[in-house]
Amino acid sequence: MLAFLVQRVSQALLVMFVISVIAFAIQDGLGDPLQEMVGMSVSQEEREALREELGLNDSMVVQYLRFAGKAIQGDLGNSYFYGKPTLEVISEHLPATLELVIGASLIIMLLSVPIGVYAAIRPQALLAKFFMGVSTVGISIPVFLTAIVLIQIYSIGITVEWFPADTGWGQWLNGALSTEGGLPSYGRGDDLTHLFGTWYSGFFSESGLLHLILPCVSLASIMLPLFIRLIRAEMMEVLQSDYIRYARAKGLSAVRINFLHALKNTMLPVITVGGVQVGVMVAYTILTETVFQWPGVGLMFLEAITRSDIPLIVAYLMVVGLIFVVTNTLVDLVYGLVNPTVKLTGKKA
Amino acid sequence: MTTATLSRWNRFRESFLWYSFRRDKVAIVSFLVLILMVLAAVFAPLFAPTDPYDLAQIDIMNSELPPVGMQGADSAFPLGTDAQGRDMLSTILYGTRVSLLIGFGAVVLQAALGILFGLLAGYLGGRVDSILMRIADVQLSFSTLMVAIIVGAVFKASFGNLMFGEIAIYMLIFIIGIAEWPQIARTVRASVLAEKKKEYVDAAKVMGFRTNRIMFRHILPNTLSPIFVIATVQIANAIISEAALSFLGLGMPETQPSLGSLIKSGFDYIQSGSWWITLIPGLVLVVLVLVINLLGDWLRDVMNPRLYKG
Repeated sequence: MLAFLVQRVSQALLVMFVISVIAFAIQDGLGDPLQEMVGMSVSQEEREALREELGLNDSMVVQYLRFAGKAIQGDLGNSYFYGKPTLEVISEHLPATLELVIGASLIIMLLSVPIGVYAAIRPQALLAKFFMGVSTVGISIPVFLTAIVLIQIYSIGITVEWFPADTGWGQWLNGALSTEGGLPSYGRGDDLTHLFGTWYSGFFSESGLLHLILPCVSLASIMLPLFIRLIRAEMMEVLQSDYIRYARAKGLSAVRINFLHALKNTMLPVITVGGVQVGVMVAYTILTETVFQWPGVGLMFLEAITRSDIPLIVAYLMVVGLIFVVTNTLVDLVYGLVNPTVKLTGKKA
Repeated sequence: MTTATLSRWNRFRESFLWYSFRRDKVAIVSFLVLILMVLAAVFAPLFAPTDPYDLAQIDIMNSELPPVGMQGADSAFPLGTDAQGRDMLSTILYGTRVSLLIGFGAVVLQAALGILFGLLAGYLGGRVDSILMRIADVQLSFSTLMVAIIVGAVFKASFGNLMFGEIAIYMLIFIIGIAEWPQIARTVRASVLAEKKKEYVDAAKVMGFRTNRIMFRHILPNTLSPIFVIATVQIANAIISEAALSFLGLGMPETQPSLGSLIKSGFDYIQSGSWWITLIPGLVLVVLVLVINLLGDWLRDVMNPRLYKG
């Protein structure tokens, strides 16, 4: 176990090293700190002196080591636009993104488990087929499009006038298909509760929760089909296994078999896959935050790109890289702990 | 040997592929829809009422007209107009063309990279294998979209807006190709590992053929069917990635829109009630991706060697 731990952690450190090299290359290749610091009127000699003072004439390796050393101490430079340390800017924006992810994960967990289990227990049922059909279509719809459709329906509202309004059924259909809208589709609202540090939460006020609904549903919509399919496939496999047959022969109730015995073994691969999906989730938060102008790190990153705020771009890459590496390593370790068949130290087959 | 005397066309008509295609209604419908969309996109200059790239044909007075069937519509613009007065039908036809071109180009690039790296990793094994697959693992754990966004962001920041806009098509093909090669490389590697153990490879080795020849002339043809299946699905993924990048402003410029940038430019006007500018291209995008995915599902079922051995 210790060897496995060492192997995984050293692998994580290697990946983090590569990420930091890439980030350093971006910073070095894209930004000229001098141009940001001094105006046009500064003479060539002064520029050269400043260059020397800042260490820009040192070799690449020395410059990288200085960059990495500062990064380890939590100093990733100052944002050009905000004029404060980049990590401070990120920590101000991170809670909004985290709340988005938490809300979406809650929706995914609450819906995917019952639907996946149901579709596995009754694969031939009409409702199960309907859910699977919807999830196939769902995978083909990009997250920003779902978000736009949700805004149109629940925020702006739609008025349907396709059916003749002078007949009773026409009026009823028009009314049934029209929506009022009114849900907020912009930002987080002003009624945020201060939890600690830079964390202002929208979970504790009505306006905050209302603002969370559409972004969370959009973000959940892209992962939900995937999880439903995964849970269904895993559950169907587990239901074929001998111990389930034995439990059935023993006369245990269907509820006990399905939810106590089968579900437990279904969830193991689901949890590990879920952990890996964090990476995908972060990419989708950028899209979701753009649509809803959600003030999280994704929107901040995009704005940093349009403003050519290189230090902020680099800091974002480092932070997101760290999040990926930590979650992936944790998932690997947990999987190694829970599933004894994983080869702990051996080479990959 | 009756099969040898049959013409290529007749051999195709007798094949399992054609047989199962005729029996699958979903596949037939998806195929017809896809062919229709591809033809409409390829021959867009013939079908489109106006040329959206030609500024002389655009009249700003025609902006934000709704599609036919709604109040205030103009029958000259069946799907309405966008905020600049461009005919939606024409922009969508041209946009589908750009999206398909990028999707197809990106898959050709990632297939080339994926096949090369997959063959090398699978056949050579050892250190080459572990390095290539470790890179693939790391890239996949970051998710292809995230890699594409980061690469796109770096390119955009280094080339500047104007320059990026001019070469956006090639940039996007490159970005998406680079971001998604691991998917194909993994599939190729897996089939190479299975093929490598077969006798014909040993025979080729004994005959003294060079490694390159064995890899590309002997093993590669036998790994083509899974590549074909995954490449189909990857076209759909590439089109979605392109749309996502364009939506974020890291893709096609508004003057030469793809479906994604049409959705993006329409989104600014959704609050004013002009839903058609964003939702009609969105619907086209979803239909396009859906039929490709359905065809991919069908191909996978047909070509899966576990279900059909032939």
